[in-house]
Amino acid sequence: MVTAVTTIGRSGLSDWLIQRATAVVLAAYTIFIVVFLLQHPDLTYQQWSALYDQLWMRIFSLLVLISLAAHGWIGLWAVLMDYVTTRMMGGKAFFLRMTALTIYAVVTLAYLVWGIEILWG
Amino acid sequence: MNNNRPVNLDLATVKFPITAIVSILHRISGVVLLAGLLILIWMLDTSLSSEQGFAHLQEILQSVPAKLILWAVLAALAYHLVMGLRHLTMDLGFGETLQGGKTTATVALVIAIILMALAGVWVW
Repeated sequence: MVTAVTTIGRSGLSDWLIQRATAVVLAAYTIFIVVFLLQHPDLTYQQWSALYDQLWMRIFSLLVLISLAAHGWIGLWAVLMDYVTTRMMGGKAFFLRMTALTIYAVVTLAYLVWGIEILWG
Repeated sequence: MNNNRPVNLDLATVKFPITAIVSILHRISGVVLLAGLLILIWMLDTSLSSEQGFAHLQEILQSVPAKLILWAVLAALAYHLVMGLRHLTMDLGFGETLQGGKTTATVALVIAIILMALAGVWVW
């Protein structure tokens, strides 16, 4: 069996499950934030910071950042593997894919650290 | 390697049915969101930094270019969310036939367009 080294879960089935599990977290957070903002049409700084002062909200937000890192990786990987191919781009396709994934890894790590800084800083 | 091997799915020559269109837009909206995240995290940072930061962000969001950018990110998010929910629905075993896929693609597209329009109304 060939094992793909750039996939998050090292198997397609594992990636599929991670993609779904993180999707549920991201959807729940999106809907929660939208409902909260709709409930507070004249949102003040006090209301907003009070929400993010709570530990459960910080944990929920951190879970979202981690989910984003994995969800984005799997999505980007799939897109790159389908369109940035040797057939479409020639020999440089592999280099382009690796470059894109490396940039994503650095950026998503920066998002994660930045997010932690926002939540607990 | 033989370069004339048959290709299973040649994207350059196939015609796109509705299911393929919603799928490619799901991918495009996902890539857009990876970039949009920078804006969303920056907004979270600014809004939580201080009372002044919060007011500053509110001020920035009064300008038309800022509204347009925020709307683009929210539209991508709305679209991606609806199409993601469609996938989760299919994972639960609903709409897995060809006709079912076409129907849910159409329904999801209509819902997504409505939500994208509502996002625009919300921003303005």
